[in-house]
Amino acid sequence: MDFNEDQIQRYSRHILLQDVGVEGQEKISNGKVLIIGAGGLGAPVALYLAAAGVGTIGIIDGDVVDLSNLQRQVIHFTPDVNKAKVLSAKEKINLINPDVEVITYYDLLTASNAFEIIKDYDFVVDGTDNFPVKFLINDACVMAGKPFSHGGILRFDGQTITVVPGTACYRCVFHAPPPANAVPTCSQAGVLGAIAGMLGTIQAAEVLKYLTGVGNLLTNRLLTFNAKTMDFRTIKVKHNSKCQVCGDHPTITELIDYEQATCELKTNN
Amino acid sequence: MSAILVNDKVQEIEAPISLIDLIKLNNVEQPEMVSIQVNGEFVARENFESTLINADDEVDFLYFMGGGSR
Ligand SMILES: [Zn+2]
Repeated sequence: MDFNEDQIQRYSRHILLQDVGVEGQEKISNGKVLIIGAGGLGAPVALYLAAAGVGTIGIIDGDVVDLSNLQRQVIHFTPDVNKAKVLSAKEKINLINPDVEVITYYDLLTASNAFEIIKDYDFVVDGTDNFPVKFLINDACVMAGKPFSHGGILRFDGQTITVVPGTACYRCVFHAPPPANAVPTCSQAGVLGAIAGMLGTIQAAEVLKYLTGVGNLLTNRLLTFNAKTMDFRTIKVKHNSKCQVCGDHPTITELIDYEQATCELKTNN
Repeated sequence: MSAILVNDKVQEIEAPISLIDLIKLNNVEQPEMVSIQVNGEFVARENFESTLINADDEVDFLYFMGGGSR
């Protein structure tokens, strides 16, 4: 790929980095990344990947922008309320960086469309808000051999792990979705808006590291933080030989649409 | 009293203590929302009761975190 003068200027702060350089920027510009969920996590991921010049960004989300999203989903603006999130996100990405090709899927990820959608991408980012889809993304990516970044936020906490073929997967750590009635999600429990930015930008950095091959990915380590104390921890996790999807004797060999949580606000949380 | 590490923090316990009692001791709000490693190995939920924690053991409580999109 030959960069023109504007592109050299646009990406100069990457090119200046010894570990990245023109070569690394080329890898970024040739990268294809799928972002699942154009919400709290998907927003910062999409903004930073667009600014970085990732060549193709796919975004899948079946929701429209709601006024209550704007507290943290920084890719959506007030006039976007009621607009499809994927469309709103695409518009901002195009404004930030016309180099980026944006592919939108105004849809939910399901067991029947997951493989077909992820197959065209180099890396997948989980920016979703519920466990059924988180496990679906994990299983689809593990089975298809796609690297991905898991991210979750709740109240004042965030956690993320990067999974590449052979490293500990989300199911190695968390086994199976918790009972639906036990689960608080952001829409039920609340979240400090800036947490989404903190976690999402870590996920974006992992994508750029993966594309450029720079540094050590957050594999076999679960990063967690709590914003009340600003304590960050990385917990070593091991590939689990009993894992139902990536262990020695996998029992999950096709994708599952787990039932969605249908809970009300938990008063004591 | 014996010292163990829970999420990197020293905790004094009467060893041995079952994992289920350690969960109670740590006021884990929703035990069904936690995945547990003892000395770097995951413990299956059905073994929470039979697993005993001794001095110098390292225990990690890992919580499900579901938010992100909506
Ligand atoms: Zn696994």
